[in-house]
Amino acid sequence: MQITDDTLEDSQLMTINFGPTHPATHGTLHLIARLDGERIRDAEPIIGYLHRGKEKMGEHLKYNQYLTMTDRMNYLSPALNNVGWCLAVEKLMGITPPPRARWVETIACEMARIMDHMVCNGINAFDVGAGTVFFYMFQQREVLTDIFEKMTGARLTITWPRVGGLPYDLPADFKDDVRKFLKGFYPIVDECEKLLKNNRIFLDRTVGVGAISKERAISYGYTGPCLRACGVSYDLRKREPYLCYDQVDFDVPTGEHGDCYDRFFVRMEEARQSARIIEQCLEKMPDEGPVAVDDYRVILPPKEKVYKEMEAMIFHFKLVIDGVKPPPGEVYQGLEAGNGELGFYIVSDGSGKPYRVKVRSPCYYIYSSYTEIIRGLMISDVVAVLGSLNIIAGELDR
Amino acid sequence: MGLLEYKFEENIILTNVDKVLNWARKSSLWPMTFGLACCAIEMMATGASRFDLDRFGAGAFRATPRQADLMIVAGTVTLKMAPCVRRLYDQMPEPRYVIAMGACTIGGGPYALHGYHVLKGVDLIVPVDVYVPGCPPRPEALIDGLRLLQQKVQKQGVMTRPSKPAANKAEHMTEYVRMPESRKKWEEKISHGGLTPQDEEALVEEQKAKEKAAAVAAAKA
Repeated sequence: MQITDDTLEDSQLMTINFGPTHPATHGTLHLIARLDGERIRDAEPIIGYLHRGKEKMGEHLKYNQYLTMTDRMNYLSPALNNVGWCLAVEKLMGITPPPRARWVETIACEMARIMDHMVCNGINAFDVGAGTVFFYMFQQREVLTDIFEKMTGARLTITWPRVGGLPYDLPADFKDDVRKFLKGFYPIVDECEKLLKNNRIFLDRTVGVGAISKERAISYGYTGPCLRACGVSYDLRKREPYLCYDQVDFDVPTGEHGDCYDRFFVRMEEARQSARIIEQCLEKMPDEGPVAVDDYRVILPPKEKVYKEMEAMIFHFKLVIDGVKPPPGEVYQGLEAGNGELGFYIVSDGSGKPYRVKVRSPCYYIYSSYTEIIRGLMISDVVAVLGSLNIIAGELDR
Repeated sequence: MGLLEYKFEENIILTNVDKVLNWARKSSLWPMTFGLACCAIEMMATGASRFDLDRFGAGAFRATPRQADLMIVAGTVTLKMAPCVRRLYDQMPEPRYVIAMGACTIGGGPYALHGYHVLKGVDLIVPVDVYVPGCPPRPEALIDGLRLLQQKVQKQGVMTRPSKPAANKAEHMTEYVRMPESRKKWEEKISHGGLTPQDEEALVEEQKAKEKAAAVAAAKA
């Protein structure tokens, strides 16, 4: 006899804990599931295992210091978070960095998006049984971390752009490195797609699993690849262009059914589009020019000047002690991060530290629908769905 | 033994139990799949194809603590997570080792000053063998930490190893870290499996009172 939802009384259901240290939870997520055999009758996600008080810490750190906190929010794609924070503060201060800085930040954003999608898809494939894809994708990610290391000095938590531009110019062979990466990247994406597109096991594990309708996704506040997999063509890069996205040409891939399979391939296609954007940026970006605003109240003066000129030393001292000082006011700036719309809401009282910081993290809204998605699925599908939603605990709990 | 077969005459190898057991132990340290935060991504990168932790016999990440020898605490341990970490450690079979990976697990890292929900060092709850600094440490640093641990394992005696290593660092540290009263109570709670002695007494008394009340009620009836 097949066990259906109503064969068992409530008292006969089995309660199990999924997490907080399950190998597939990518961080510390906790799920209390009520099981009817292997089928999930009800589930309650519990968050807060990685709550580090980041919003509160915003009130203790200066604007440039807070960059280190944004690094550690979505640790799969730190550059996106850094750029998002800088955009918000720059909007609050009403300054515009020079075009070269804008182009370089666009490239960094897209590189970070590729890193994000590589890890997410790699682990998702790993969780449903395709280990090869994980290794292929991590190899590509390593090439990107090398480029980031040359650019910024760090592999993962880069803390790289500053409010008002870049702290230093690009390394000399940056363009060659990125072109070399792109050359090797397209074949790998094609190969991974070929490996999984018609793979019977992968299809069985993902097609129709964890589907959510367009309307429900919108009402939950979905953004990013998960929303686009439902068939809604919504992308902040197109809707409200920031950086240089209005000057490049790219498509917004959409899915149809909003299930794990669609999410996977939407991410793959997005990674390809990101590579396309990077190619165009490399063509269009100016080779020479300043990379930061010419205002020593925002950006540190060059070291030679600090040692020789009185004014430069005073600016240096003021900036280190007080930090950048935006005018009083409030601002919201969103950007299209790896998981969706990442927004920073800042209230400033005119001092060197924010009065209040609120982060709109895309994961939080996506994870709130998790119970609805997995209700009625098998326990093994929980893993597949969790991987394809790309829930990052650091961003979820902040 | 393909290549070596029939190459030598029959012989014997002289060694001692410590050496051969430690050699076996250090060559297959199986870590637990246990990622908490940002460091977990670097731990995954260490396990992936470029850095290949398998070269040192530590690439078989186990999904359960009961099959693992090594806990790599990779990421920020929050107060909510700390009891789980301790429980996982307790579930691991002896001999067990702990690597504290990253600044957060060593002393709170970026959250040391204002992080009201962050444990200031995982050595407050579990004994740590090797500290790997960095935020996050590079994969090379983690591999170096693993090599250090292997050296440590090679030196230990099978018979002389203290059966309860938890007695060293974790209790030692608490004397030096100035902790608020609430933290002390909480840590006491953790070391008693969730209940302080006072709590236990209170529970016993409550139970007694209940029994008394039941007896009185029965007598009345």
